[in-house]
Amino acid sequence: MPNQRSLIAVGVALVIYLIVLPALLADKPYFLGVLTTASVLSVIAAGVWLTFFIGRINIGQGAFALVGGYAAAILMTKLGFSFWIAMPLAGLTAALVSIVIGIPILRLRGVYFAMISLSLTETARLSAQSFRSVTEGAKGIVNIPLPGAVEIFGFTLIPDFSTVDKHLAFYFLAAILLIATFAAMYRLVNSRIGWLFKSLQQNEELASSVGVDIARLRVIAYAISSFLGGIGGAFFVAAQQSVYPASFQIQDSIYFMLYTFLGGLGYVFGPIVGTFVLFLSFEFLHGLNEYQPLIYSIIMIALMLWLPNGLLSIRLPGWGLGTKANPERARGA
Amino acid sequence: MPIMEIQNLTKRFGGLTAVNDVSFSVEEEEILSIIGPNGAGKSTLFKLISSFLRPSEGRVEFKGERISGLAPHIVARRGVIRTFQETTIFRDMTARENVVVAHHLRTEASLVGHFANSPLARRDESSFHESAAEILEYLGLGHVQNEYARNLPHGYLRALGIALGLAAEPEVLLLDEPFTGMNQDETNKAVEMVRGVRDRGITILLVEHDMSAVMKISDRIVVLNFGEKIAEGTPTEIQNDDRVIEAYLGREDEEIGI
Repeated sequence: MPNQRSLIAVGVALVIYLIVLPALLADKPYFLGVLTTASVLSVIAAGVWLTFFIGRINIGQGAFALVGGYAAAILMTKLGFSFWIAMPLAGLTAALVSIVIGIPILRLRGVYFAMISLSLTETARLSAQSFRSVTEGAKGIVNIPLPGAVEIFGFTLIPDFSTVDKHLAFYFLAAILLIATFAAMYRLVNSRIGWLFKSLQQNEELASSVGVDIARLRVIAYAISSFLGGIGGAFFVAAQQSVYPASFQIQDSIYFMLYTFLGGLGYVFGPIVGTFVLFLSFEFLHGLNEYQPLIYSIIMIALMLWLPNGLLSIRLPGWGLGTKANPERARGA
Repeated sequence: MPIMEIQNLTKRFGGLTAVNDVSFSVEEEEILSIIGPNGAGKSTLFKLISSFLRPSEGRVEFKGERISGLAPHIVARRGVIRTFQETTIFRDMTARENVVVAHHLRTEASLVGHFANSPLARRDESSFHESAAEILEYLGLGHVQNEYARNLPHGYLRALGIALGLAAEPEVLLLDEPFTGMNQDETNKAVEMVRGVRDRGITILLVEHDMSAVMKISDRIVVLNFGEKIAEGTPTEIQNDDRVIEAYLGREDEEIGI
């Protein structure tokens, strides 16, 4: 169980995130938009983190974001689904695709899995371009409606996004996605499932020798990872009201991995820290934008050399946040 | 009735026959050792029995049912558990965490139940922790249970490997070279430990090339040479078997004839 101090820290962070920031930035749509994007990018990066947690280098998350994005776009524009149903279905579609792809490719490890996952993003982009009958090819799917209202017994649960400040509405949606995702991830890695995932990461043969169905577990992890990618993709499609084959590219897949690295692979909340630090610093340092790939590469190399466990491994005095993936729970348990 | 039967097991790697037509049976609650000079096919046979390799021919039966060719985790579920040599361990977990994870086969709650922390999952967890503590204490690892496995010395890792095996509640425990690299004192302790495990009602099949330990511990011994079974019997029988002596020491006239 998290200790009292970390609960307070999480509480304070939530108040700032859900009340203070939106109140301060209510009339600054640009800043709200930046935070919204960073929140959803962290959700997608959380998926990448989970594949790392089972010992697979995942450079293919962009593919599943694209699958989710197209699934949501097609469901909303061609089949008339509400966004609120299309988003979870987009996540499930991405998860389903990842199961089909994952069963054969998850047998591979190390650089072999990494290389195949890298090619997935490009495969997804090319598929989106080629299957014109459903994806509209390079033209993309545009004019996607904003999320509509959700009403239960005449009581408006969620207002129609076109009738309210949509920047604020998307901000809150992103915030809720982030909180739900990381609460679920925290629970996941601290439950037995997390320990089983960890056993896969450390030695698959040994895990199977004590009866762990390693093939099933790694597909489950990959499906959860891709589900988060799909959800994130659906969100961006709804926020931008369009999707193109180039909406998520190899570069994005690499960035998701970098966010995860920067935060630290040993920490559930690493992807949030990594994403916010990198994404915000680039948004606020406009002048550097053209050098972004260069700077990202340098950060990547520097990380591997000097900070292999990520930003969260720097222990600031008084930094008691219970973010580590493996609190030594056996002690005193 | 034997608990396990190895029938005409053959494994070929390309043109090389690593194990050739080996048959023997394992009786309940015995300690059976497989020995043989280097390259005799012991490790291959071990992997065939634990189903980490598929046989080219022949089969392994456990309680009358074929287990060869099944996935390793399914064989483990049936009750046949293998251990590894000491470097194969969950290095970045504590000794206690290693053993708790290895209790996987005893889970009653579903994965979803574990995620939701259902009452069944909580009961699983607390019983695993209790049982892990008991196993570690039993194998003399109680005082290092909160150490990370990567920091433990070799002797402890060997015991930890056996602890992982025990956690899975085996009926047959396959030990991979449990005495290799140990000094006399350590070997004696390990022999006692393995006997103790057998006394818990577990059948033990081990692969080893430390002869003195094998002679001390085994009820029966199977000897391999060049992939074939050349002898089977009690330690005394094996010690006096001409073919075994020949396999280990070479033929007399060969040495003279050089």
